[in-house]
Amino acid sequence: MNYSWLLKMAWRDSRKNRSRLLLFMSSIVLGIAALVAINSFGDNMQQEINSEAKKLLGADLVIESRQPFAPSVIDFFDSLGGEKSEEVSFASMVLFPKNGGTRLVQVRAISGDFPYYGEIEATPQTASTSFRQEQRALVDRTLLLQYKATPGDSVKIGNLTFPIEGSVSKVPGESELTMSVAPPVFIPLSYLEATGLLQKGSRINYKIYFKFPENANVDQLLENTIEPRLTAEEVRYDTVSERKREIGETYENLTGFLNLVAFVALLLGCIGVASSVHIYIKEKVASVAILRCLGGKGNQGLGIYLIQIAAMGLIGSLLGTLLGVLVQFMLPELFSGFLPVDVTITLSWRAIAQGVLVGVIISLLFALLPLLAIRKISPLTALRASFTHEHQSRDYIRMVVIGLIILFVAGFSFLQLEEPEDALFFTGGILLAFLILTGISGLMIWLIRRYFPVGWSYIWRQSLSNLYRPNNQTLVLVITIGLGTALITTLFFVQNLLLEKVALTGRDNQPNMVLFDIQSEQKEAIADITRDFDLPVMQEVPIVTMRLEAIKGKSVNQIKEDTTSHISRWVLNREYRVTYRDSLIDSETLVEGKWQGKVQSPQDSIFISLEDDIAESMGVGIGDQVTFNVQGAIMDTYVGSTRKIDWQRVQTNFLVLFPEGVLERAPKFHVLITRVDSAQVAADYQQAVVQQFPNVSIIDLNLILKTLNDIVSKISFVIRFMAFFSIVTGIVVLIGSVIISKYQRIQESVLLRTIGASRKQILSINALEYFFLGSLAALTGVFIALLGSWGLARFNFETPFSPSFLPILISYLAITLMTIVIGLSNTRSIVNNPPLEVLRKDT
Amino acid sequence: MTTSILETQALTKIYRSGDKTLTVLDNVNVTIQPGDTCAIVGPSGSGKTTLLGLCAGLDRASSGSVFLNGVRLDELTEDQRAEVRNQYVGFIFQSFNLMPSLTALENVMVPLELRGEKNVGKRALALLEKVGLAERKNHYPAQLSGGEQQRVSIARAFSNQPKILFADEPTGNLDEETGSHIEKLIFDLNKEASTTLVMVTHDMELAHKTQRIIQIKGGKIVQERLVNESVSARR
Ligand SMILES: Nc1ncnc2c1ncn2[C@@H]1O[C@H](COP(=O)(O)OP(=O)(O)OP(=O)(O)O)[C@@H](O)[C@H]1O
Ligand SMILES: [Mg+2]
Repeated sequence: MNYSWLLKMAWRDSRKNRSRLLLFMSSIVLGIAALVAINSFGDNMQQEINSEAKKLLGADLVIESRQPFAPSVIDFFDSLGGEKSEEVSFASMVLFPKNGGTRLVQVRAISGDFPYYGEIEATPQTASTSFRQEQRALVDRTLLLQYKATPGDSVKIGNLTFPIEGSVSKVPGESELTMSVAPPVFIPLSYLEATGLLQKGSRINYKIYFKFPENANVDQLLENTIEPRLTAEEVRYDTVSERKREIGETYENLTGFLNLVAFVALLLGCIGVASSVHIYIKEKVASVAILRCLGGKGNQGLGIYLIQIAAMGLIGSLLGTLLGVLVQFMLPELFSGFLPVDVTITLSWRAIAQGVLVGVIISLLFALLPLLAIRKISPLTALRASFTHEHQSRDYIRMVVIGLIILFVAGFSFLQLEEPEDALFFTGGILLAFLILTGISGLMIWLIRRYFPVGWSYIWRQSLSNLYRPNNQTLVLVITIGLGTALITTLFFVQNLLLEKVALTGRDNQPNMVLFDIQSEQKEAIADITRDFDLPVMQEVPIVTMRLEAIKGKSVNQIKEDTTSHISRWVLNREYRVTYRDSLIDSETLVEGKWQGKVQSPQDSIFISLEDDIAESMGVGIGDQVTFNVQGAIMDTYVGSTRKIDWQRVQTNFLVLFPEGVLERAPKFHVLITRVDSAQVAADYQQAVVQQFPNVSIIDLNLILKTLNDIVSKISFVIRFMAFFSIVTGIVVLIGSVIISKYQRIQESVLLRTIGASRKQILSINALEYFFLGSLAALTGVFIALLGSWGLARFNFETPFSPSFLPILISYLAITLMTIVIGLSNTRSIVNNPPLEVLRKDT
Repeated sequence: MTTSILETQALTKIYRSGDKTLTVLDNVNVTIQPGDTCAIVGPSGSGKTTLLGLCAGLDRASSGSVFLNGVRLDELTEDQRAEVRNQYVGFIFQSFNLMPSLTALENVMVPLELRGEKNVGKRALALLEKVGLAERKNHYPAQLSGGEQQRVSIARAFSNQPKILFADEPTGNLDEETGSHIEKLIFDLNKEASTTLVMVTHDMELAHKTQRIIQIKGGKIVQERLVNESVSARR
């Protein structure tokens, strides 16, 4: 084939169509922009994570344990050389004596010079080191603001009161989000003992941060020296390279997900492209037929328009890329709460190349669907004015193109998600949404035709029948606008679902405050305080911590060494928090076996009850032996029953449940659950408890709710930002198709006016038509959103779904109105010109 | 048979819609020798355009065959027939059928370019000159009157030096004066290039300017006569 001639023809033919061709491609611009922005930002972040990796850990190596390191281990650490820093951290209440405010925080008692890389950002900055010299505390900035405390005030932690040296706003490796969940309070390690909090029952983390000389090979040191020495200890290691990998993966997942959201916008745009090209090709039928009469081959005709569309796809992609490069400057601000590093924006050529490539390929694939029809245009068409539908034989190339599109979508999503099932799920979901939208709009059209309201006035009938006139764009608009609506509305529903789910637990007479780490001798006094405040003691539970010693007579160490064993490590290593009682409670249901509530004499076998999932993880069934180490005492038990637990409720739930008569004398602590209705009482009550028993920690569900609310709204803001691209793409497609259908509308309106219709009537017909179109699209979108949210509620969050009516109404009205306004903006220019003039303008 | 430029054998065209069939051409046999000029006349709907389309290989017959310059068209693929058209056939349509996005000159150039020929601008311009539109070469069809458009289309038809020229009511959309101007142009150029001419027309006066008149009615040839010869019923 003569390619230079095709190029020449494509160029010549485009002269009168360029603005329209550009319009087609404008619908992919936003999708590409979003894709490039996210990708480029992701690249920048990976780069940052790589170069700032040490700052993410603050050290070369961290060794972490749930138990204090033995003196021999400490000696061993000393022998490793380099510098080290120790940290003991746990959850605890703090109290601000100035106003009596109390709050659960993460106490981090440190010694040495941690962090070795990066810094703890504090105000004043000197406070980040100076607090370590004396009895001083460095307190989370937001916490200080919340409790109206300032440096110079003091904070009571356990039995000790610390003057506040400064506020901390950033800690290596933590994002704003993690800090808001567990606000840190730093104190010098040397004062920890005196707080009296080390006797707590709850978990304490022991960490050693190492800094080795510049040239040391940390991974090698860890593998060859440290790991062999510490095999017996229950420790975790974190190295720079590992942290880098972990964080890198997390954010890769995040950008992968956002990329898909961007991709959806791109796909919407592509549907717009396909539809515009479809109309464009209809107008080119005559030209192609003439060309064929003159001896042009089918593929030559196709080639000319393929070149035009490819060129426009390239221009659209380039424009999108340019926009994307600009948009990415907004992203650091958008994600600020989630990022552990400051991201500096640079150009990522990889992202740019990918954006252009993806844009050209996908828009061409979609454009090919209508373009392929060119090959089938008969030269006979030139002889007969009317377009005859020649034998509509099955076009296999068309099938191939559809296959390629699906393959491309699946391939792209696989690249982003890296899980074949997820990619399949995404592709299937997109396909399903398209099918639903196609099905519904098809059904509506069918219904309108079937039950056409013959009795309605002319204007209503005309506007209704416009929905299915030849070359209508009903389907395309319903898909693009509908999918956009579905996205936004689903987002809204899910956000509400999440919040409602949490709010549900705090409603009515459900408990909303949990006091834990209560020591046995404090139990009565705290119950008294609770009653003094007129609060109910809803549950009071003893907790004994223990570790697994053996399963079915095989010791934990043996199991660990047995490579054929499928029992996962976390089952073997974890600390079990166990309670005992004589009966099951209402959040528990027996699955198998029988619950025996009491052991009569010390000689009797102990029958425990396991949560059914953990029983499966342990690989045990009814009657199997499970041996525990209860703080030194070895205890053989047998699985007497398994239970299902409803984790949704605020209650103390236990994987392992003992009968009465066994653990009464073991060292233990207690949990008390109550409900407080007013915020003032909650504050006073917490203050009273903490003042008297500083070791007791309190979880206030309302506080958690608030934090969660913050997080959810932050996340949904990000998603809404991304969904915005889809919405605007929908609008661009709408505008595009309105402009493209202009010629058709001109003919119509001229016809109507020549037979005597008034301007007002024509405007009404068009307004109604767009009203129907917008309604159809919006309702379909809302329907899909309801379906999707219901599915999520039912299967993912396992909560009842009761959508509120107002947001549905608002999105319906907004979308419909927008469709009418955009649609009419075009009609006005048609009806305001005299008929002849509009007809004379390019044919 | 090999000496004729166009020959149809038992050419039949049937349209099917649902279970109804419509026989538009019924067993048509025509033979045309190189250099002949011939008019096809008949009432509206008699199948003239259909016959023309089949002869030019724009459409496929239901049965029977067409030999164009000795090549049996129904054995060729669509693209091969396009090739044949490009090599041997020129077209003039009732509704001009210029490509609206190309200038007058470019419209004349297309058949030559389709052959892969280079530097065709000069030849195309020469043809435009012959039809008297050289100074309008950069105008688009929309900027030309109907008569002017038809002149461009004539220039285009002759540009690939066709062996046979098909014209479907070339003056049907034009007023009398312009029409006769176009007629003259067609016959002049035709004589000059000694091209075979097959022309569909309603205009008996025009038909009489050709050597032979084929009259069809209801898809059948009802009369075929040489001009200036006494009327003789066919078979
Ligand atoms: N695609 C088609 N399907 C069905 N019938 C067709 C089709 N094309 C043409 N016909 C019919 O074939 C018959 C012959 O049509 P044709 O265009 O050849 O007539 P014509 O002699 O050229 O008429 P006119 O002088 O009006 O141009 C007509 O009755 C027409 O309705
Ligand atoms: Mg005709």
